[in-house]
Amino acid sequence: MNAFQEIGKYSTLLYQALRSSTEIKTYRKSFFQEMVKIGYDSVPIIMLTGFFTGSVMTIQSSYQLDSAFIPLSTIGAIVSESILIELAAVISSLVLAGKVGARIATELGTMRVTEQVDALESMGFNSVSFLVVPRVLAGILMFPILYIVASVFGVGGGLLAGIFTGTVPVADFLMGARMYFTPWTLIFGFVKMFVFGFIITSISSYKGYFATGGAEGVGTSTTEATVLSCMIVLLADFILAALLL
Amino acid sequence: MIEIKNLTKSFGDLLVWEDVSLTIEDGETLAIIGRSGCGKSVLIKHINALLYPDEGSVLIDGDNIFEQDYVSQRILRQKFGILFQGSALFDSINTFENIAFPLRYFTSMSEPEIRDTVMNALEQVNLENVHDKETSELSGGMRKRVGLARAIILEPEYIMYDEPTSGLDPQTSDEINKLIVNMADSLGITSIVVTHDMHSVLDVADKVAFLDEQKLSWHGTVEDMRVVDHQALHTFVKASEYQI
Repeated sequence: MNAFQEIGKYSTLLYQALRSSTEIKTYRKSFFQEMVKIGYDSVPIIMLTGFFTGSVMTIQSSYQLDSAFIPLSTIGAIVSESILIELAAVISSLVLAGKVGARIATELGTMRVTEQVDALESMGFNSVSFLVVPRVLAGILMFPILYIVASVFGVGGGLLAGIFTGTVPVADFLMGARMYFTPWTLIFGFVKMFVFGFIITSISSYKGYFATGGAEGVGTSTTEATVLSCMIVLLADFILAALLL
Repeated sequence: MIEIKNLTKSFGDLLVWEDVSLTIEDGETLAIIGRSGCGKSVLIKHINALLYPDEGSVLIDGDNIFEQDYVSQRILRQKFGILFQGSALFDSINTFENIAFPLRYFTSMSEPEIRDTVMNALEQVNLENVHDKETSELSGGMRKRVGLARAIILEPEYIMYDEPTSGLDPQTSDEINKLIVNMADSLGITSIVVTHDMHSVLDVADKVAFLDEQKLSWHGTVEDMRVVDHQALHTFVKASEYQI
């Protein structure tokens, strides 16, 4: 299948999902289950990702900006702005493409190759409404919340790294963090995570839903879902930065 | 009544079969037989529009299932129960929930009513004390029975069995065959059984459809099959080592 056929098939699936999103009774229960799996279950890894990203940024920034002419508050400004505007969203999304995207593609792929999707359809269910809609909706809702977690732990990690390594005092770090902060930074982060949540869950659902073959086919779909999600997230990040900044 | 008219199906350049026409009367049990890969499972997936043909139509009680909008098609599909080859049980929920699944979405039954209906269905397929088991804990024969219990839970008019005895020992196969006959007799369900197990065919079927060389090669009653002069059919039957 060439790229145009793939895009056509993906668009058709999205159209079907949009059209069947009114069948709330079908997906209500699995929507809440997916919110837990995508959101709550991802909190630990997002906390760790954010914390270490912020910590490393502080240490590297203080190493690179080690000069009497550069105030220490600059490190706080760089770390917090970088976390809020870029890293909390992008690094978290790349991690979530592996955790959430791979799970969705594997689940749906296994259901497809073991005829569970056919079983749903044969009972009279709309399988897209039952399987794809709750995952995509939960993704676009929970990713922005995970962005808050990643941002808090990212900035917190940067602050703590400054304290424990003795490179940036708390007051300087916070002063720098406040210096360049604008609410637009946060809005931009939320918009990005909303888009990334949609990209990762929809691509993974698509790859899983149309998986073919046996275990090998599911493995291929999962790999493709993860790789493609990461690539499209990076492309979307570039487009959003060019459009909104 | 199910009428299959001039059905042709290809996957890319690979022709599965062409110009297949077949009528399945209410209450009868039809066995679709043929060699592995001849398109038996593909054929039954056309009957409830899980697959679409290149040409032809399938009429369910007079309605062409391929010409229905999606909502009407789903209503037509609810006339069918299917026992899939691998049972297709949902592995994220336990046995009870698998069988209760259609009831929760398509009926307004209360929880006690759902429980009674599920337990009754399990009893019909001769399974007891498995309702709280995970599907991964079930044996192959048990999975088939649970799949069958789920397939009949909404009291379908038609039931399709895709290789119901494959991978099972002879004794369990025999029990599944008896269940198929029992379902047809007690519930009056029209049954379509895809199999290459001639023992199963002789046990359960009223009529037989033989797919061979990319077409419906022969169609008739089991009695006719015993006497018909059809080389390919006899070769297939003899290969099964059953004396008819």
